[in-house]
Amino acid sequence: MMSNLVFLPIFIPLFFGALLVFFNKKQKATVNISFLVVLLNFGVSIFLSYHVFSTGPLTLETGGWKAPYGIILVADKLSVIMILAVNVIALTAAIFALSSVTEKMIEHYFYPLFFLLIAGVSGAFLTGDLFNLFVFFEVLLMASYGLIIIGGSKHQFRESVKYILLNLFSSILFVTTVAFLYSVTGTVNMAQLGERVGQVEQQGILTGIGILLFIVFATKGALFPLYFWLPKSYIVPSPIVSALFGALLTKVGVYSMLRVFTLIFSHKLELTHTFFIWIATLTMIIGVIGALSTSNVKLIIAYNIMPAIGFMLLGIGTFSAESLAGTIYYLVHDMAIKAALFFLAGLLVWHAGTSNLKKMGGYIKTAPLMGWMFFIAALILAGIPPFSGFIGKYLLLRGAMDEGHYIAAGVGLLSSLLILFSVIRIFIGAFWGELKEEPKQSVRTSGLAASAVLIAISILLGVGAEWFYPYVQAAADSLIDPQIYIDYVLKE
Amino acid sequence: MEILMSILAGTLFAAGVYLILQKQLLKIVLGTALLSHGAHLFILTMGKLNRGKPPILIEGIKDYTDPLPQALILTSIVISFGVTSFLLVLAYRTYQSNKTDMMDQLRGTDDE
Repeated sequence: MMSNLVFLPIFIPLFFGALLVFFNKKQKATVNISFLVVLLNFGVSIFLSYHVFSTGPLTLETGGWKAPYGIILVADKLSVIMILAVNVIALTAAIFALSSVTEKMIEHYFYPLFFLLIAGVSGAFLTGDLFNLFVFFEVLLMASYGLIIIGGSKHQFRESVKYILLNLFSSILFVTTVAFLYSVTGTVNMAQLGERVGQVEQQGILTGIGILLFIVFATKGALFPLYFWLPKSYIVPSPIVSALFGALLTKVGVYSMLRVFTLIFSHKLELTHTFFIWIATLTMIIGVIGALSTSNVKLIIAYNIMPAIGFMLLGIGTFSAESLAGTIYYLVHDMAIKAALFFLAGLLVWHAGTSNLKKMGGYIKTAPLMGWMFFIAALILAGIPPFSGFIGKYLLLRGAMDEGHYIAAGVGLLSSLLILFSVIRIFIGAFWGELKEEPKQSVRTSGLAASAVLIAISILLGVGAEWFYPYVQAAADSLIDPQIYIDYVLKE
Repeated sequence: MEILMSILAGTLFAAGVYLILQKQLLKIVLGTALLSHGAHLFILTMGKLNRGKPPILIEGIKDYTDPLPQALILTSIVISFGVTSFLLVLAYRTYQSNKTDMMDQLRGTDDE
């Protein structure tokens, strides 16, 4: 009976998302129902996490088909940490939405698409089947296609065409790769894949398939050199959509890499994982260069997604229990802080009436609270102790140093400084100095509240690292030894 | 038979890639449609083409048709069908609002 719990984080948003389609003309009802649903889902995810951490992982064999034949959902430690993080983001997004989602957006099905996105992301985190992962990718992408064009402005159409085409291409590549893997191993169940890859005679083919899968996830996660679609397409939609994309979408790519390259493709570490470290290093460099190259506030934040993904990939490439823990810690931290920064950037752009940093200045007088929150968020992002970014980066860099990846660690340190510079530039440009132009509108309270919650969580993750770290370490330990996962799912 | 199917899938991939490298939006959309056809045929071929055999797996029976690739293709076809129709509408709206369907003119500046 308990195993049905695994299905709830997907079912609740899916069901209510579909239901809310009927209420698109009833603004009040939609907002209220959505808030309750988000709270309900948050409660369920807390209970699920508590259950998994106290009694062990849960699986749901849908339709009673035993693994590896049926589609299975697996809630292990890593999955529930991610589910919990997703629902925190969803909760704060619902708070932010109170003042930022216009009647027109609700009429154009913002809330149904929002819940479909949450359902797709949760499904991707919970599935134990590679083909099913593709299906949930499509669910979340389909929702994101809908969200990105809400508003229907000229440049939204222009950028979303590129976003959709690229994602469509990588999805086709994903299916093709699954077909390759199926022909070599005869299964799409992740646990059975993990078991069978060791028995395949021609390991070269497997490495090739592994790299193809990496290309798919790298496109979703915006790694060098497949990042070019990200910055522009993330800044065109409404700030709440940007925040959801920045916090959730690229992280699904990272999670998939974390899962696939620990469970299935960990047989040829010296080739694949060394390659990852180089890609991670280049991604960090290109990301910060991008962030420094522009004076568009939203674009600076969007470019800052990339070095963060680089950091996480560095942890996967290093492949030790410590660095994987660092990756998970950084993943959760980055979801919270990216959402907060996108929220704050959106508030700032509304306040100033422009996204050009050169036209801003002196807003600390008109919006002091937002200014200081932005400052703290910048420190958290760069990884200044005692905030959460520091813990993640410390684990990642120490892991990389221990394994002798000095160049990557050095680039990581340097890029952290440049990240700090790029974000503090917004603080200095927008909040210091004389007031250049009168603000266009006052800061929206619910937006500030949502950012404050996320910043508080980030501070808590940093200051209270001693409480959270054991859970993250436990999740990383189960990743480094895939046999635990395999035995559990296949019940041997 | 597998070899013929592989060649067909490969040709579809080649034509699809050629089309998505074009500048016109509609050609790119058609290219993605061809690519997904190629991928679907490819999945079918990867499960080994076995004619006239039952799609079941009972212990002791060695000769059977693998039902899984067909289930996978069906899912994948439905998804690509939905995405393609969405993409066609989006391409039309993009053309309407931007007054062009050439990719090299669909560029933006930083200050928007």
